[in-house]
Amino acid sequence: MATSAITHPLPTLTGSAHTLRIFGKETKYEFLKLMRTKSFSLSTIGFPVMFYVLFGIANRNAYAGNVHVAKYMLGSYACFGLIGAALFGIGVGVASELAAGWLELKRASPMPASAYLFAKCASAVAFGIIIVFILTAVATTFGGVFLSATELIKMLGMTIVGSISFASMGLLLAQLVPANAAPAIVNLIYLPMSFLSGLWMPLRFMPHWLQVFAPALPTYHLSQLMLSIFGYQDSMSLVSHWNALIGFTLLMLGLSWLIFHRKEQNA
Amino acid sequence: MPLSAIAYETEPIAEAPALVPQRPIATLTNITKRYGATIALDNLSLSLRPGEVVALLGPNGAGKSTAVKLLLGLIAPTSGAARVFGSDPREATTRTRVGAMLQVARVTEALRVRDHLDLFRSYYPHPLPMPEVLRIAQLQGLEDRLFGQLSGGQKQRVLFALAICGDPDLIFLDEPTVGLDIESRRALWQQVRCMSDQGKTVLLTTHYLEEADALAHRIIVINKGRVISEGTPSEIKRNSGDRTIRCHTDLSRDFLLTLPSVTSVEFNAGAVVVTATDAETVLREMLLRDEALSGLEIAGPALEDAFLALTRN
Repeated sequence: MATSAITHPLPTLTGSAHTLRIFGKETKYEFLKLMRTKSFSLSTIGFPVMFYVLFGIANRNAYAGNVHVAKYMLGSYACFGLIGAALFGIGVGVASELAAGWLELKRASPMPASAYLFAKCASAVAFGIIIVFILTAVATTFGGVFLSATELIKMLGMTIVGSISFASMGLLLAQLVPANAAPAIVNLIYLPMSFLSGLWMPLRFMPHWLQVFAPALPTYHLSQLMLSIFGYQDSMSLVSHWNALIGFTLLMLGLSWLIFHRKEQNA
Repeated sequence: MPLSAIAYETEPIAEAPALVPQRPIATLTNITKRYGATIALDNLSLSLRPGEVVALLGPNGAGKSTAVKLLLGLIAPTSGAARVFGSDPREATTRTRVGAMLQVARVTEALRVRDHLDLFRSYYPHPLPMPEVLRIAQLQGLEDRLFGQLSGGQKQRVLFALAICGDPDLIFLDEPTVGLDIESRRALWQQVRCMSDQGKTVLLTTHYLEEADALAHRIIVINKGRVISEGTPSEIKRNSGDRTIRCHTDLSRDFLLTLPSVTSVEFNAGAVVVTATDAETVLREMLLRDEALSGLEIAGPALEDAFLALTRN
């Protein structure tokens, strides 16, 4: 009978293997769910790719100084795509699971909370990587972009960093925003923020006052780090971009933690 | 279906796992739970013993789900203590021995039944084999369907499957048969009895009094956060007392009211309805006085009436 089996503590090795398996399955099914939810997978992958096809390929022969515009846009639309995947996958996803009572059922189960968060985060990273691969394929095939293997690997690394960073923002939004309004609110934050930090169109083509405002946005710092892989970054130092991005992530996580604990106490 | 299970179905429910007083496996002790100014639970205590099926009955807002959430460690009490298997219900090791079916508004629709079960089974150290889970929850043949393609009753059965797939010793079922047709409801009752047979403890909340009557060894009636009555279904019914006699008769209302133990006489659609504690004596007298008495019906107190009587205030 199960009772007798459970009263004996499991050997630690089996215990950690068991936990590892939970992380694996949780991630697998979170990714499958997002992939099968067409409203998510088609729009998060489709929009950046479509924009890149419209604006990136159109600029295949355009250069601004030594900057190849199609290559610049590969970097900026990669950021646009991965940020979207993180904000929608986690912000909207967690908000709706919270509202539906699904998260409560999972919390009542022996699932480790860390497995849930890991699965969300890993899925956001996976979608970010898919988007970057598709964009790179389009850019190198149709956009006249040359990308070295090192540059691609660095882009993927930055994709992981960016996905995790904006996953923290998604987590905060999920706790603040009512589920039925979440997609609209995420769009209202995501789209202007992307535009204002030059993800759609290089900042240097924008009015001066916009350029001054951009460093206030986390999206700007991520895109600068991404563009620095191609040597396309602005004059600000890379260290300050890293600091801004890390600071932003910690702020989001801290606020999420505070709100979660306040809710927990009032529950 | 195992033969032993069928045999069990036809037998009356054994009323006493309490024959040997056993130590409770889950308890709420003097729990008070406040949400701001509202009191959800008011110094409430209850305990669950091994192998017992306990029904938590009460009107909406009585505090049923608050009690369940406390036992699941989803919320903390304002004062008092919740213990499950001798420890804090929030502890991970406690949760591996507990299964829960909660009211969920929307479940991930883009996963197959098999996926949901595979995931939840992985949370537990010694889950039931997949075919066993499918059999118990009557989901055979549905395992490759997406959750979103299931009917309301099938979805409910998946939630039941998630509650039992880890082979837990303590199972919470919050309104488990909402949206089930009669056949599936009875099948689920059957499974609950089987689990109780295996020594597992079940706490269910329900609005179907028939369900509590058919299933529970013990009913705890709560209202406004307090336990107002506790006992076997028949004890609860007995406490509420009165039975009703319905018939066609020429006997006058004034005469009927003079009979012993009669509490009320009503005329309803040409028939008279007499309510009395000592129905046998009243009936004997009525038959003696009116040879033309016809259309006789006698009803014991339904659990529903007992319940309404208990929660009226």
